[in-house]
Amino acid sequence: MVGSILDILKKSDKKLTNEQIAQMIGSTEEEVAGIIRGLEKDNIIVGYKTMINWEKTDNELVTSIIELRVTPQRGEGFDRIAEKIHKYAQVKSLFLMSGSYDLCVIIEGQTMKDVALFVAQKLAPMDNVLSTATSFVLKKYKEDGMIFYNDEEDSRQVITL
Amino acid sequence: MIDYTNILTQKIQDVQPSGIRKFFDVAATMKDAISLGVGEPDFVTPWAIREAGIYSLEKGRTYYTANAGLMELREEICNYNKRKYNIEYDPKSEVLVTVGGSEAIDLLVRCIVNPGDEVLVPEPSFVCYKPCTQMAGGTAVPIETFEKDGFRLLPEQLKAHITDKTKLLILPFPNNPTGGVMSREDLEAIAEVLRGTDIMVLSDEIYGELRYDNEGHTPFSAIDGMRERTIIVNGFSKTFAMTGWRLGYALGPAEIIKAMTKLHQYGIMSSPTTSQFAAIEALRSCDKDVENMRNEYNYRRRFIVDGFRNMGLSCFEPLGAFYVFPCIKSLGMTSEEFANKLLMEEKVAVVPGNAFGDSGEGFIRCSYAYSIDSIDEALKRIARFVEKYRK
Repeated sequence: MVGSILDILKKSDKKLTNEQIAQMIGSTEEEVAGIIRGLEKDNIIVGYKTMINWEKTDNELVTSIIELRVTPQRGEGFDRIAEKIHKYAQVKSLFLMSGSYDLCVIIEGQTMKDVALFVAQKLAPMDNVLSTATSFVLKKYKEDGMIFYNDEEDSRQVITL
Repeated sequence: MIDYTNILTQKIQDVQPSGIRKFFDVAATMKDAISLGVGEPDFVTPWAIREAGIYSLEKGRTYYTANAGLMELREEICNYNKRKYNIEYDPKSEVLVTVGGSEAIDLLVRCIVNPGDEVLVPEPSFVCYKPCTQMAGGTAVPIETFEKDGFRLLPEQLKAHITDKTKLLILPFPNNPTGGVMSREDLEAIAEVLRGTDIMVLSDEIYGELRYDNEGHTPFSAIDGMRERTIIVNGFSKTFAMTGWRLGYALGPAEIIKAMTKLHQYGIMSSPTTSQFAAIEALRSCDKDVENMRNEYNYRRRFIVDGFRNMGLSCFEPLGAFYVFPCIKSLGMTSEEFANKLLMEEKVAVVPGNAFGDSGEGFIRCSYAYSIDSIDEALKRIARFVEKYRK
């Protein structure tokens, strides 16, 4: 049941009510509410967020991906430096990577200059940061499983069956 | 001036047009109408399959295939059936790739039904068995299945309808429109009635992969002694959301497949080549996609059954396919009246149950191959309608 609830929440593109979820998995509204509360408490459901296509608003945002090479610290590995980085509100995502660099930082800013200054003034000067490489996102096609430009509609035809 | 009634054969004039279509021609012209009528997946064919079709075009594979279908596809069909159901067929002689499952049904009926032969058709069921039988000069004999029996075919019902003219039994399970299924035990009981007779079986298993109970689907040919009399009809439309690709297949004894291939070769030549290449990919690598779609249908199935029951309507819990078949007898309307009024007053299109045979009277078919949002909105409108007319 927990698996089904997570599956439904993960895939639904809008917030379903607990009653609807209960109907979908053959349970009761109370039971679903209880399970979801438990999942939230255990930090398995970490949060809920709204996906926004900023390009369609007046408030356009710039997204960039920054590859960081860093020196891990004795006894702490990459965790301490990662913590120092993710505390910045501009940092939307942070991942430890395998491969040619160590940390992948995803940043959102109002302008390219915002982002460039953040990298130059905050990230690059940090102790342990060896190098940065910044790439800007030009267009989002799909994010977290959501397609940004989806004009498909139900075009099934009338048919006998 | 030609009088076309003198031109058209009596047989085709006797064939009734499907009762499904007329509603949707009306619904299609209505703004804001919600349809629960379409009997095809709302999913798009998984990308890997579409990509395989496109790749075959890029490579210039635009020729006919062998009449029975690409050997590689026939081999994959056999592998798939062995892997899923542990039934074994020879790709060289016991498989025919057809234009959808429907072509396979038509071919088989035309290959084995002589004028005067009787074809047993459990009803309510898919609309094509009777017209195909009529065109072959046979007589379709309906066997009514009941909600109280889970819309299963019971052995005593079968026994009561067998005569010395009975040639073929259709086993349309999982069933469109009821969602009824036959367990292995149910099939064993049917097999027991058939043993010792020459009655052939057309097992239409197009919804076999869409079973929602733990038992899962059992092909009729897997039942002891039934392989020699069974032709399984299956296809890609429902399982892999490939309706528009028009691809199905028949599995059966070599002699029967050989005859069907002969007819197919004169009428069709070979099934669409691009679709065949795409289907190879479907069988090889899309189990996960099928599982995801099945899970999604299952959520909607529970949602819609619960919705109808909350309205106080009797609603059989379908265990297969993607239809629900609630009973509307308590409202004192015929199925057609209900469907008409519902469409006019609440702009929701459903299919009247009598489109699937007389025994469907008093029921409506709703497809749940729609998003939860659409189903939710349709249920709200239907609930308002039911409340208004409840006696």
